[in-house]
Amino acid sequence: MDAWSRLADTFLNWGYIAEVLPTMFSYGLLNTIVLALSSGLIGTFLGILLALMGISRNPVARWIARIYTDIFRGLPAVLLILVIGLGFGPLLKELTGIRSPYPLGILALSLMAAAYIGEIFRSGIQSVDKGQLEASRALGFGYGPSMRMIVVPQGIRRVLPALMNQFIALIKESSLVFTLGLMSRERELFQIGQDFAANNGNQSPLVAAAIFYLVLTIPLTHLVNYIDNRLRTGKEQKHEPDEAAAVIGKGAHA
Amino acid sequence: MSQFTSGSLTGKNLHLAFGSNKVLRGIDIHVEKGTAASVIGPSGSGKSTLLRVMNRLIEPDQGDILLDGRSVLKDNPDELRRRIGMVFQQFNLFPHKSVGENVAFALRKLRKLPKDQAWAEALEQLDKVGLKHKAGVRPSTLSGGQQQRVAIARALAMKPEVMFFDEATSALDPELVKGVLALMTDLANDGMTMVVVTHEMGFSRNVSNQVVFMDGGVVVENGSPEQLFTEPKTERLQKFLSDVL
Repeated sequence: MDAWSRLADTFLNWGYIAEVLPTMFSYGLLNTIVLALSSGLIGTFLGILLALMGISRNPVARWIARIYTDIFRGLPAVLLILVIGLGFGPLLKELTGIRSPYPLGILALSLMAAAYIGEIFRSGIQSVDKGQLEASRALGFGYGPSMRMIVVPQGIRRVLPALMNQFIALIKESSLVFTLGLMSRERELFQIGQDFAANNGNQSPLVAAAIFYLVLTIPLTHLVNYIDNRLRTGKEQKHEPDEAAAVIGKGAHA
Repeated sequence: MSQFTSGSLTGKNLHLAFGSNKVLRGIDIHVEKGTAASVIGPSGSGKSTLLRVMNRLIEPDQGDILLDGRSVLKDNPDELRRRIGMVFQQFNLFPHKSVGENVAFALRKLRKLPKDQAWAEALEQLDKVGLKHKAGVRPSTLSGGQQQRVAIARALAMKPEVMFFDEATSALDPELVKGVLALMTDLANDGMTMVVVTHEMGFSRNVSNQVVFMDGGVVVENGSPEQLFTEPKTERLQKFLSDVL
């Protein structure tokens, strides 16, 4: 067997791939999605809270948000997952009787995502032109309602692409929960691939995992680009001919 | 004959400082009911700030504000601002809402009109500025002049007693200025009480009935357009007019 076919066998052994696929389909994919989706949702909720604290007029709230963000953005993901996933295990068991570190994996991913998502929301909200707040207040809306109904919705809308990117990152980072030593049926795509690869001395199961990840992330990436474009140019409108001409004539469309 | 229930507006001895920067240094201004007053003066003279102080977007450090002869400093500032419409240099339409919704939104939320009634009234206001047919589109698809007319409709829909214009035509391409100025002229002729901060000397001279010249945070001259434009008393106004005319 020459070097090339050995290399092909290492990565694309169809036998091993066929062997690992049923496991990945039956729960690996689901676990990856559950981990990413639940930590994405919890992280978004916490992130909005952090963002509102970060732009609050209360200096203590701003301070807490700042420190939280600095810590959770400043540490490696794998370190946070290990520290939270293993460190809080005894406490979780005592409180709920749950022995699995799975929920703690979700917690660690959520706390980490919250720091990033909080910054995404904060910068988005702060990027809204201050004339918007002024116009809303001039109409007679108070500060709170103006923020809630005019400023924050615009801020959130324009961060949708960044938020989706964060979710894509979570899909990939969810693989790090393998460090917690999960039970067989709690394993996600990467760990299943890794276990099969180790048992068989062949990388093909990891290639199978890679394909799963790409099937999840590539469409999402393109969806992000689509949303991004759509947000920038707005819904397609029917332009009246004279308007279209005016736009072309000016050579600019803000 | 006025189609508006407009009121008079008075600012008394208004002071405002940002730190050590004294922006308003004792402003006295009185705009009679149904009068269009234009406020002119060099950049940085405090004209735009004066508007924001008089509707309490910025609270004055000192002084009093009277709407229809009654002090409003103790009132809820949000309620005061419902009685004073404001139009901005940069239009500040809400880009995430349709043109119609820009107008109808405050009618529903603040004037508590039912949805269909708010929409009908919004369409009526848009019709007055010639943009009823644009009610369904986003503001970003409109020209600057159209956007500013929507902003005027949005302010008028609240049935204000006074209208503020903060350099409403300064951000417009020259060919779009005319439509907005025409609308402001109609408003003035219809008896709306207006305070118009402007660089449009034509409007100030020909449309407004009162001209207030500000410089360095004080009112330097105040009177009819004829007085100020033909016989400026102070050197500062003479110099300003020779610079801009």
